[in-house]
Amino acid sequence: MKIDPIHQFNIEPLFTLGHIGNHTIAFTNSSLYMLVAVAIISILMLASGTRLVPGRLQSVAEISYEFVASTIRSTAGAEGMKFFPLIFSLFMFICVSNLVGIIPYTFTVSSHLIVTAGLALLVFFTVLIYGVAKNGLKFFSIFVPHGVPGYVLPLVMFIEVLSFFLRPVSHSIRLFANMLAGHIALKVFAGFVAMLGFSLGTIGWVGGVLPLALTVALYALEILVAFLQAYVFAILTCIYLNDAIHPGH
Amino acid sequence: MAESHGGAKGPAAGAHTEADGGHHGGGFPPFESSTFASQLVSLAIFFVVLYVIVSKLALPKVGGAIEARQNKIEGDLTEAQALKDQSEAALKAYESELASARTRAQAIGNESRDKANAQADAERKALEGQLAAKLAEAEKTIASTRTTAMSNVRGIAADAAGQIVQQLTGVIPDAASVNAAVDASLKG
Repeated sequence: MKIDPIHQFNIEPLFTLGHIGNHTIAFTNSSLYMLVAVAIISILMLASGTRLVPGRLQSVAEISYEFVASTIRSTAGAEGMKFFPLIFSLFMFICVSNLVGIIPYTFTVSSHLIVTAGLALLVFFTVLIYGVAKNGLKFFSIFVPHGVPGYVLPLVMFIEVLSFFLRPVSHSIRLFANMLAGHIALKVFAGFVAMLGFSLGTIGWVGGVLPLALTVALYALEILVAFLQAYVFAILTCIYLNDAIHPGH
Repeated sequence: MAESHGGAKGPAAGAHTEADGGHHGGGFPPFESSTFASQLVSLAIFFVVLYVIVSKLALPKVGGAIEARQNKIEGDLTEAQALKDQSEAALKAYESELASARTRAQAIGNESRDKANAQADAERKALEGQLAAKLAEAEKTIASTRTTAMSNVRGIAADAAGQIVQQLTGVIPDAASVNAAVDASLKG
């Protein structure tokens, strides 16, 4: 009995879509779960009715709406609401794909760095392009904090510029690493149960109660992490966008 | 991106990792660069689709529902406030009407009571006058009757005394002495 905690992250092409240069573009299991996430969000948001007294599905849709809207208003102000569709899409996409990925035998889209990096770069360039388009060169004043003595200013500016360009790195790795580590830990602890049972027989199965309990606890934690990482991703997006909207912080 | 693992696509890489167990070198799927292009293309397609659905359909719909509810609640509250004001005004009007009616009723009551009192006084006075007159007349009658009766009593007493003396003595007494005796006993 061999348990490979990495196997769950494999990308399996389901069919080929075409070629770009020498890259084969395939519809993979990752694509399938992206589609699942988009489908779930669409059903939740579109099939939930617009009754005056909301039902369960409509309540979930409206709570999601209000949750993201209030997050944007509190971090980026009323002007941030022009990015509502983007942030709502990001939050729902990450949250739903994370929650779907927690179900055993499914695939977690955000456990791949390339996906989280794609989303983080989307945010990065949105901030950069909108910030420059709206504020011109004044946007770069975010690199020059107020009230810093002249002699340390070059150092502070260097750090500010560096941290600005490292944002997409931390933004993407945070989500990726959380999902990856959580799923590996789950798989390892769940694997212990099977390994103990199959190798030691009855004693092993009895001894497997401990890792099983840990798996259950970890599973609950992972559900929290799945939601929390989506929230963290969304709120960081709001904070970065706030720099573009109000650069003179 | 994909040059290092040219031919090693997903399934091959997957089989490779499975066979090797925890081999983390080039077999670690998240760092398998040959899959990057496929994932990025899928992500771009599905995220754009999601963005379009969210921005064009989902958010206007859900936001509209929330706004419609908000408007409905505000409208209902305004209406309720208007109705409340109306009922308060009606209550105030009712109370002032009631107060004025009460004052009027009190005035009417006082007036009619005074009138009734005055009338009753007048009637009583008239009645008292009548009664006093009747009383005086009756007293006069009584007095005259008594005088008459008293004179009759003296005659009867004198007759009776003459008869008694005659029965007892067989002598008819003389009238003057009988009268004197009767007068004396009446006075006595």
